[in-house]
Amino acid sequence: MSRLFLALGLVVAFGVTKLPAERALFQERRQLNLSDIQLDLNLREQIGQTGFVAAMSGFRAVVADILFIQAHVAWERTEWGRLLMLFRQVTTLQPRVVLFWDMAAWHMAWNASVAAMNDPGQPRQSLRIKAQRECFALGKEFLEDGIRNNPDQPKLYESLARLYKDKYNDHARASESFAKAAALPGAPGYDRRFSAYELSYCEGREQEAYQRLRELYDDGEKERLPTLIKRLKFLENKLDIPAEQRIAHPER
Amino acid sequence: MLPASPTVLRHSLAAPKLREGGCFGIPSMPHRTFSPARVFAIAGNTFTDLTRQRVFYVVLIFALVLIGSSVFLAQLSFQQEFQILKDVSLGAISIFSSLLAIVATARLIPQEIEDHTVYTILAKPVPRFEYLLGKLAGVLVLIALSTAIMGAMFFALIYWREHVVLEETARQLSNGQREQLDQALRSVRDSAFNADILPGIAIIYIKACLLAALTLFVSTFATTNIFTIVVMVFVYFIGHLQATAREYWLQENGAGLIARVFLAMVALIFPDLQAFNLVDQIVAGVAVPVALFAKTALLGIFYTTIYTLLAIFVFYGKEL
Repeated sequence: MSRLFLALGLVVAFGVTKLPAERALFQERRQLNLSDIQLDLNLREQIGQTGFVAAMSGFRAVVADILFIQAHVAWERTEWGRLLMLFRQVTTLQPRVVLFWDMAAWHMAWNASVAAMNDPGQPRQSLRIKAQRECFALGKEFLEDGIRNNPDQPKLYESLARLYKDKYNDHARASESFAKAAALPGAPGYDRRFSAYELSYCEGREQEAYQRLRELYDDGEKERLPTLIKRLKFLENKLDIPAEQRIAHPER
Repeated sequence: MLPASPTVLRHSLAAPKLREGGCFGIPSMPHRTFSPARVFAIAGNTFTDLTRQRVFYVVLIFALVLIGSSVFLAQLSFQQEFQILKDVSLGAISIFSSLLAIVATARLIPQEIEDHTVYTILAKPVPRFEYLLGKLAGVLVLIALSTAIMGAMFFALIYWREHVVLEETARQLSNGQREQLDQALRSVRDSAFNADILPGIAIIYIKACLLAALTLFVSTFATTNIFTIVVMVFVYFIGHLQATAREYWLQENGAGLIARVFLAMVALIFPDLQAFNLVDQIVAGVAVPVALFAKTALLGIFYTTIYTLLAIFVFYGKEL
């Protein structure tokens, strides 16, 4: 028995020696933005006791997937309130999964907003429009939170740009978001192009848009796509560009 | 159930003894303090014994079924499908390797004492530390094999699904622009396979080794395997919260004395199991540096070594 107590004492002594190594690893994970989420009572209320226990035992990803599938079912049943609640839980549990932020925003800004606008239970159009805008805002909020958690992922900037373009008709912000996406490593080539397209729709910024589109055009045949030619020709006419400086490309 | 081990083990351990005997003019050889051959004999025997326990096959089959079923579960878009497939499969590998480590190790010593096998072995010139090392090595080989099989199944599944989705995507976009097709195919490949998954699985294995060593330590003073399993289940849960307790203990000054003592005990006694949970981040597409993998693996090996030494220390004082 005395040997057992001595062994337990050794466990504590070992604990003292392991502590610096554990802390160093923890700090390194935190610096790399790899540290885990805060498991607090707020999350416990959100995901229920079973989910909380599972999340505590290292199965956070699986719990998040189960909630994500439940959210998919809620979408099929058009239960928008439940969908929002489930996506908040999913993104809280797995803030580094871009797909979850993107899906949450898409459901809110594209699906729930349309449902709100066509709500047969709400006869007043002004209130339907208000509900629709609230859904847009929820989608935007998801994307902005997602970007805060994943600042190195171009996908969320792209989605935010599409939201500004399609839902808010805000081409300046759409262009800015596409430009931010294009500046990140691993961004698809079209982000730079899309940023210039969006800028070409902004009143008062035609000259800047023209220069960016022209740079793309001068990059070579790969960039000379129908939309780019069309927008460039439109700006050439609008800005009265001299004939010798205009592109010789036929509009397709 | 066959009492498999004693006969085989008696022969394998007895063979070197005959050579050392010094009878019939054969020169006697001194007894070596540490013999890897003896450890391998015990490890091989433990492994054979464990594979005969059908429960391990059931666990393995269940894991494989779970991995397979996740494909049918996720009839969503390919990004969603791959995300869920990877999460569920790696979660299953993690839980089954940990369960296997705890359940397989917990029964080793109490079972051998109950079957009196331990007396047969320790009556021979086999030091107790060799006996424990052999037992642990047998379990670690079993876990390695199970993890490798589960990992291979998982990779085969990912490869197959990726192949199917790539074909579908290429067919759907065959009339589109080249850039669009390339982008779509790259997107499928990025969603499917991530090279970091392999070291992620290695870390899961190291976590299972740590749990096996800790279970061995607990089983050296436990009288039944049920007690060991219950203790280890608690250790498993608390171990995942150890980092939270540790940081709160070291950073928060507002907590009362009793709370601080409690948190300090949790931080000092339990291993930080959450440190070995890198797969969540890997599946999310986060690039984990090789140095971090190496440091985590080293920490795991450090824990495993210490718990094994503690198990040996307690086992030497155990009355058999």
